[in-house]
Amino acid sequence: MSDDRFYSRAPRRPWSPSETSEGSQELLPAARGTVAHSVGSVLRLPEGALDSGQIDVERDDETMIINMGPQHPSTHGVLRLMLELEGETVLRTKPVVGYLHTGMEKTGEELTYVQGATNVTRMDYLSPLHNELVFSLATEALLGVTLPARATWVRMLMCELNRVSSHLMWMATNGMDLGSTSMMIYGFRERELVLEFFEKTTGVRMNHNFIRPGGVAADLPDGWEDDVEIICDTVSERTYEYDELLTGQPIFRERTEAVGNISAEVAVAMSATGPILRSTGVPWDLRRAMPYLAYDQVEFDVIVGTYGDNFDRYSIRLNEIRESIRIIRQILEKMPTGDYRVQDAKVTPPPRRRIDESMEALIHHFKVFTEGFRVPEGEVYVAVESPRGELGCYLVSDGTSKPYRMHIRGPSFVNLQSLPVMLRGGLIADAVAVISSVDPVMGEVDR
Amino acid sequence: MTAGTGEQSAAVTVSRPDRPDVVFVPRERYHDAIAELKAGGFEMCVDVCAVDYLSHPGRALPEGVAGERFEIVVNLLSLSEKRRVRVRVQLPDSDPSVPTLFDLYPGTEAMEREAYDMHGIVFTGHPDLTRILMPEDWEGHPLRKDYGVGRVPVQFKEAPGPR
Repeated sequence: MSDDRFYSRAPRRPWSPSETSEGSQELLPAARGTVAHSVGSVLRLPEGALDSGQIDVERDDETMIINMGPQHPSTHGVLRLMLELEGETVLRTKPVVGYLHTGMEKTGEELTYVQGATNVTRMDYLSPLHNELVFSLATEALLGVTLPARATWVRMLMCELNRVSSHLMWMATNGMDLGSTSMMIYGFRERELVLEFFEKTTGVRMNHNFIRPGGVAADLPDGWEDDVEIICDTVSERTYEYDELLTGQPIFRERTEAVGNISAEVAVAMSATGPILRSTGVPWDLRRAMPYLAYDQVEFDVIVGTYGDNFDRYSIRLNEIRESIRIIRQILEKMPTGDYRVQDAKVTPPPRRRIDESMEALIHHFKVFTEGFRVPEGEVYVAVESPRGELGCYLVSDGTSKPYRMHIRGPSFVNLQSLPVMLRGGLIADAVAVISSVDPVMGEVDR
Repeated sequence: MTAGTGEQSAAVTVSRPDRPDVVFVPRERYHDAIAELKAGGFEMCVDVCAVDYLSHPGRALPEGVAGERFEIVVNLLSLSEKRRVRVRVQLPDSDPSVPTLFDLYPGTEAMEREAYDMHGIVFTGHPDLTRILMPEDWEGHPLRKDYGVGRVPVQFKEAPGPR
């Protein structure tokens, strides 16, 4: 294999290192646990190779292949890993996915654009609003509609709250994987605050179908400012408790520092995005690099790491909670008034009260919910920064009311390819921590 | 090569005047064109996906591009210049194969496996072109438009009952 250059640790950086608000971020040499990656990290074996008789147990190279998952409690769902071990050291890994595959891309071709959001929201079940957002943005790009300002800001508020809840969930499960059960309870406790607000606003705790093509489903409830204020105050105060519980704790640092290292070159070559890419020192956040919604009108920092290890990914997520809260506080101040969805009868259904008095409104309502609306022919790729990385939607329309092809570029699916690189040379006992730090959501991996 | 019409390859690489970020390349130039784009600053391959245009043959294509049944769409991203380019390649029904991009972007491994699994596109030179989402012994490629939805054979129906 001639791809040595992707596994080299030479500090070649094609992008400008001075792009962070903290000044230039240099890539320092890895502290310890350095492994020659030139021999490749991906195990390429048939999935059935672990059946008895397929693998020669009498091999003399002292390695063995063990199976982890898909029903392993720490694989975050139904991820299965085939690990090649030499003693307790992991050599090569093959992630086996597909156990949760339900053909959502195929289903998406059978649903209208109105119904489509209910489908995509079930993909990444920890950040459902980002899924709805990327699908809605793609549809709107094809439709060519411009949203009222309030719709954009409500979307931004909900997405940032969702980023907080998703990262809190990650803090909880990561703590659990590292043996900190208190962190799990605290993470779930704080996430509950956000989910309660979601329930109040959208009617459900998950799978909201709140962000729809043309705007959002409903306006924010009365007194939403107070609720959001309480969430911001509580969560930001408690992130400092997490600092005491985890960040400064020697056992936690011992288990996360210099574990699961990945270099910037490898992360870029492996198409990794989100906290994995940022942990290697690449200041890449779509909210900053290619702003969508109104992210160019709020102030926030892009958090980057240095070593690309588990601890960097932990601290990036912890600090992204704080940055999201900073954004939410600005949204609280700047939230514009006006419509929460575009007033185009062809795209959004008329208000309920209009149906009783207007025949035309009744017809529009009927058309939108039975036939849907026609979207002009074309194709578009839209990407947003989900808590896990670049969430993209490639949408092809043939001019009817159903997408001709809807492809979701799931960040978890792509990020899983970095897992063999991170695991290589580490201990099997650290594998659980590394899987957790990738933050794969299997619903999105398998779609 | 800049996104859009490359200097030396203008005869075979087509882009729409209104969309310079969408580039059409013929199948023979696919690997070379992407290698040129990579050398031109597109460090990351964000997405590879396939589209089956079986039931939508009359789609709008620029002059000089003959629509075929399959299309491979490659999304490249330049982190340094903060821009994207989308490369679209037409593949005939009779031979849906392209060279793999694994040697340029190792991160395309899983995406190409998915396109193989779902559409039956063959990526020549891919290190491990196996099914990724469907079971290994699955027949057919589900996202093809002529795949029989609702006529999926029942799995495990020969299996003995619970007792």
